[in-house]
Amino acid sequence: MEALIKKLVEAYGPSGDEAPVRSLIEEEIRGAVDRTWTDNLGNLVALREGPEPLLMLSAHMDEIGVVVTHIDEEGFLRLAPVGGVSPHLLVGQRLRFKEGFTGTVYHEKLKSLKELDWSKLYLDIGAVDGASAREKVGIGDAACLDQPFAVCGGRYLGKAMDDRIGCAVLVETARRLSRELPQAVAFVFSVQEEVGLRGATTAAYQLKPGYGLAVDVTRVGDTPKAPLSAVGLGRGPAVKVKDSSVITHPLVRKFMMETAEEKEIPFQLEVLERGGTDAGAIHLSREGVPTGALSIPCRYIHTPSEMVDAGDVRHAVELLTALCLKPWPRQKVLD
Amino acid sequence: MYLEELSNLPGVSGDEGQVRQALLKYLQEQPGEVRVDALGNVLVRRKAPPGGKRIMLTAHMDEVGLMVTSIEKSGHLRFEAVGMLDPRVLVAKGVRVGREGIPGVIGSKAIHLQKPDERRKPYQLEQLFIDIGAKNKEEAEKLVSPGDYVSFAGTFTPLGEGYYRGKAFDDRAGCSVLLELLLEYPHLAFDAAFTVQEEVGSRGAAVAAYSLNPDKAVVLEGTSAADIPGTDPEGSATRLGEGPAITFMDQSVIADRGLVRELVRAAEGAGLPYQYRRFTGGQTDAGAVSLAREGVPCTVVSVPCRYIHSPHCLLQERDLKLTVDLIRAWLEG
Repeated sequence: MEALIKKLVEAYGPSGDEAPVRSLIEEEIRGAVDRTWTDNLGNLVALREGPEPLLMLSAHMDEIGVVVTHIDEEGFLRLAPVGGVSPHLLVGQRLRFKEGFTGTVYHEKLKSLKELDWSKLYLDIGAVDGASAREKVGIGDAACLDQPFAVCGGRYLGKAMDDRIGCAVLVETARRLSRELPQAVAFVFSVQEEVGLRGATTAAYQLKPGYGLAVDVTRVGDTPKAPLSAVGLGRGPAVKVKDSSVITHPLVRKFMMETAEEKEIPFQLEVLERGGTDAGAIHLSREGVPTGALSIPCRYIHTPSEMVDAGDVRHAVELLTALCLKPWPRQKVLD
Repeated sequence: MYLEELSNLPGVSGDEGQVRQALLKYLQEQPGEVRVDALGNVLVRRKAPPGGKRIMLTAHMDEVGLMVTSIEKSGHLRFEAVGMLDPRVLVAKGVRVGREGIPGVIGSKAIHLQKPDERRKPYQLEQLFIDIGAKNKEEAEKLVSPGDYVSFAGTFTPLGEGYYRGKAFDDRAGCSVLLELLLEYPHLAFDAAFTVQEEVGSRGAAVAAYSLNPDKAVVLEGTSAADIPGTDPEGSATRLGEGPAITFMDQSVIADRGLVRELVRAAEGAGLPYQYRRFTGGQTDAGAVSLAREGVPCTVVSVPCRYIHSPHCLLQERDLKLTVDLIRAWLEG
């Protein structure tokens, strides 16, 4: 699975420009599902046929990045953020365009780094003047962080672990589901999560799922003086209780916890104060969809080096596989 | 050119009736089927093009403005903003209040009466009031009630060579472009929506896009130009006279890249100037349209306007015309 994760996290795919990730995933998952298609906004849907209720699994393909807003006569590019990117994290970082060329980010002269904001930041792609910059780049072109994947102890490091690790978990799960399923499963690789859960909104409308599950990373509280959170690396995937976009449907949460206990898969419970996932969009689709989320604990989210634990990833695949193979309740009765 | 008539009409979000009536009158002259939906959007349905792909163009009818919240004993009106307004542009502006369009002025203390520290700070919304020349509360109540809308008084004036000044160019500029496309080019196959309540969160566009169910869409806007003193070139967003501005991303939408390419190709093919909107802030109807039903590839094409969300916006006639030309070139493909 490491090779798959490496390919996925190193691929280019800022929100709205996910095509390279989409073709990569389509190639990897095609043999494991009945059919795949790409919808109007660019979501990739990979479907395993089966009876109702349809289980919609969603991991987002997009990553944070930047977009070019201006090219000056000296060939420097000005940038705006795509998703939640801090300008401070970009200083000295390399950025990569879809065509593969890179550049480095620096800032205008500042009295203090506190003054740093997007208007002070620029990208240098090594162009000698505006004309040669414009030959390579246009206004509106996006770029992503450029960092290679690394194995670091029992942990994985890379850019865009948020949420390519979720994509990897979905692909690996699909491959393990060889026998007939008790219900149809749609593996959705969504677009534009980082700018407001946009892809999942329209994918859920299209699929009319009976249940929804987002698979995404979550924040942890196990680093020096971290904000309070009970979630840590290496204690298993997390069953989401709530974040700012969704309160997990009690039936879904119970179903997930019972399944993990039956299969003796370690898990933690997650209460995230800030942040949202595709679950937020799915559960409000049409007449409402009971929805939850399976989270991969992750350190340093939205930085060039996001870290997840290999064991957590493996256990997430095991739990998600078990959740696909177990019949979900037909009657959505609350206690 | 419908901008003068349309921009002078009041049409604060939720109170677009007069703009709607003006549009409906003109829309009888074109072949599409016209209806008004439950929220007040004006929807125009034309025959689908031969390929069957439905294209929707939208422009919002509403403008930012004010709403009366209470009446003081003195007969002065207290108000709230409807949509995003800079309180600094309000002081001493002429307004029209309520259905009858009662004239009034946004009042504040004259400079002579201000204490030194008051002069240094701009007025906040709650320090301002509207004066309609009423003797007291009872007199004012005969003319106005809480909940009445207040819009800037119409100010349309030609300036210089081919410039126009006026209120509500955001988005009567878009309405004017869309109306011209509908009336002058009856052969073009597209659907249109003149939407309500954009300035308070694209409420009209969400249901309009659901109804018309297009395969792709372009939102027509009047957007910020900052080609003004004190702004660096990289901060100008758009510039007057350089043609329609195509959006690649704003706060509400990441434009469909294929659609942006189509528009650029249409402009280049027809030899028309265009620019990108070099700014990613601000929200438009494109956000709501792109998320309708199963998703709609969408972007925004804007007429650059200076000083939007104020009683005096400024645009160039050339940009209005070039926007019509670009959309026409794109539709004729």
